[in-house]
Amino acid sequence: MNAVAAEGVWKFYGDYPALRDVILHAEPGACLALIGRNGAGKTTLLRIIGGFSKAGRGQVRIFGNDPRETGTRRRVGWIGHGISVYDELSALENLTLFGRLYNLTDPHKSAMEWLERTGLDRVKDGLVREFSRGMRQRLAVARAFLHQPSVLLLDEPFTALDDRAIAVLQRLLREALAEGRTVVMSTHQLREALELATHVALLNRGKIAFHGERTAQMVADPGWVYAHYDEA
Amino acid sequence: MRERLIYGLGAIAAVLLARNLYSIFMQLPDEASQGMIYRIIFFHVPAAITAMLCAGVSCFTSVGYLLTKSLKYDAISVSVTEVGLAFLAANLVTGSIWGRIIWGIWWTWDARLTSALVCWLLYAGYLMLRRAIEEPTARARISAVFNIFAFVDVPIVIFSIKWWRTQHPQPVFWGGGSIDPAMYLTAALNLVALILLAVVLALIRLRQEEVQREIDSIRRYAHAV
Amino acid sequence: MDFFRQTLVIARKDLRAELRTKEAINASLAFALVILVLFSFAFDPLEEQTREMSGGLLWIVFAFAGTLVLNRSFAREVPNDCLDALVAAPISGAALFMGKALANFVLVISVELVSLPVFGIFYNVHWTSQIWSLLLVLALGTWGLTVIGTIFSALTVNIRLRELMAPLLVYPMLIPALMSAMKLTMDLIAGKPLGGENEVWLRLLVAFDVIFTALSLVLLETVLVG
Repeated sequence: MNAVAAEGVWKFYGDYPALRDVILHAEPGACLALIGRNGAGKTTLLRIIGGFSKAGRGQVRIFGNDPRETGTRRRVGWIGHGISVYDELSALENLTLFGRLYNLTDPHKSAMEWLERTGLDRVKDGLVREFSRGMRQRLAVARAFLHQPSVLLLDEPFTALDDRAIAVLQRLLREALAEGRTVVMSTHQLREALELATHVALLNRGKIAFHGERTAQMVADPGWVYAHYDEA
Repeated sequence: MRERLIYGLGAIAAVLLARNLYSIFMQLPDEASQGMIYRIIFFHVPAAITAMLCAGVSCFTSVGYLLTKSLKYDAISVSVTEVGLAFLAANLVTGSIWGRIIWGIWWTWDARLTSALVCWLLYAGYLMLRRAIEEPTARARISAVFNIFAFVDVPIVIFSIKWWRTQHPQPVFWGGGSIDPAMYLTAALNLVALILLAVVLALIRLRQEEVQREIDSIRRYAHAV
Repeated sequence: MDFFRQTLVIARKDLRAELRTKEAINASLAFALVILVLFSFAFDPLEEQTREMSGGLLWIVFAFAGTLVLNRSFAREVPNDCLDALVAAPISGAALFMGKALANFVLVISVELVSLPVFGIFYNVHWTSQIWSLLLVLALGTWGLTVIGTIFSALTVNIRLRELMAPLLVYPMLIPALMSAMKLTMDLIAGKPLGGENEVWLRLLVAFDVIFTALSLVLLETVLVG
């Protein structure tokens, strides 16, 4: 069974189709890089997969289930454009909150563990609004990984990350993939993404223009997919 | 086909209204205590009933949208609400005029008029809410939920205001409110005429809404290219 | 049960965040006091007539001041895209709504309980004579206010001109609840007990609360996701 599967997904804004008959899948343990130009529909598609909005036509399945089901949501981790943590709470309070929301057996312990893994344990009691940008981003990563999700959905995760945060995220993603988790990430940063990716999908104006395994050629020449499959 | 429907219904409505106006002004005698002005009731009451029907249809299509996600329902919802709002405004204005002639004041906080005013505010809110959302799918969804809340509130509003007024008696508005049976026919026919008029207006508005949607999606295509 | 546990997690989170900054609650309290003072210019507090209708005035104060708190309910989730995290989390829409409504209720009723003695002093009103009945009316009326304010905060969360729209939409909807609360409060302050003639208002208030709570619990998920 596919970890993530989009079957004939259409998304309409009014009458305008932002996504047209999107067919996509990622097997367990795969890392799918979703690439495409601005406005191609990457965020729209990812948000439908994550259960933030509904497809107009077609459906998305995560391990065969609807993304909105509670059991499915427990297995999905999300990093979007915002950091999705509360400025007025401390790093520890934020992670403990999400630990409780995700029904972890020991939210406090898991929170401490992930603060260490992202290098934030020394500032655990600091309020997020006092954090630097890089620290906020690392906390966002901790929040997404906290509940050991089987599927990680990342919307342009490398954009606006500082080098330390990029290194942390890449390390954690490699570990996650080694543990058999699935990653789907949309990205502009081809180089960083293609290093980790096992599969690549190109979205062009709402349609899938290419969907296949990552090849050595792609790693060597990141623009290759665009050159061959993207229309002007 | 729809245009023929619009013209057809419009013609029937026009004929009915002409007949009614003739009947109201030429044939029926003046009422005992109120004189000329009582004739306004032939518009005041049917306008309210038409508005209420519009609210009902609007709520129905709002639920329809939420269940089917088809924007057709959303278009009907907004068209019917706008028309209903216009008829409700007519109800308020005719009621106000009546009050001015009979009681010398432009507004009495009579239970029915007050309820009409509150309902008008509720549905005006629906239109303002739509104005504030640009994306059509989100607009349809959010306004559909609001519509359901508003419609559920309407009977509660009417009941509570009626009860408030019975505890704080004001000059009674209709002076009994009994209509001579001879006038029933005209009143009923006027109701039919106004309903037909509402349907015609709603259909026209509906067409406009659909054209607007087409323009929006063409605009998005243009931006995407 | 999961629902109650999740509700409490959300409620605690909202309360903790608000109490740390106290932005909304301070503004709300200040606003309440300002309106009470303003009313004293419009209506002479020493007149017998004013004392009779002061129960009604009180609920206008509560409605306006309460809306300040209620609007923030979902608006506070917008910075940093926290709303995404809540929608993605495995909690039901009903639990999210209930958690936020509970937190809002605590905040609004706190403002009201502080305003009440001030009101009593400014308008020379004896509100303690039927204190338990008054608190019951306060609770029921505030819950109605809270439910509508919270769901409409969710409705308008992603909208242009959110701060203007939410109050505009909320007040007409609240009229039956406010009316009932006003009538009951005026009666209680005048010394009339609950029951008998004003029982219909109590029932109306309870019906309002039940109907709109149920509607909100069911529809929140639709509002946020679709």
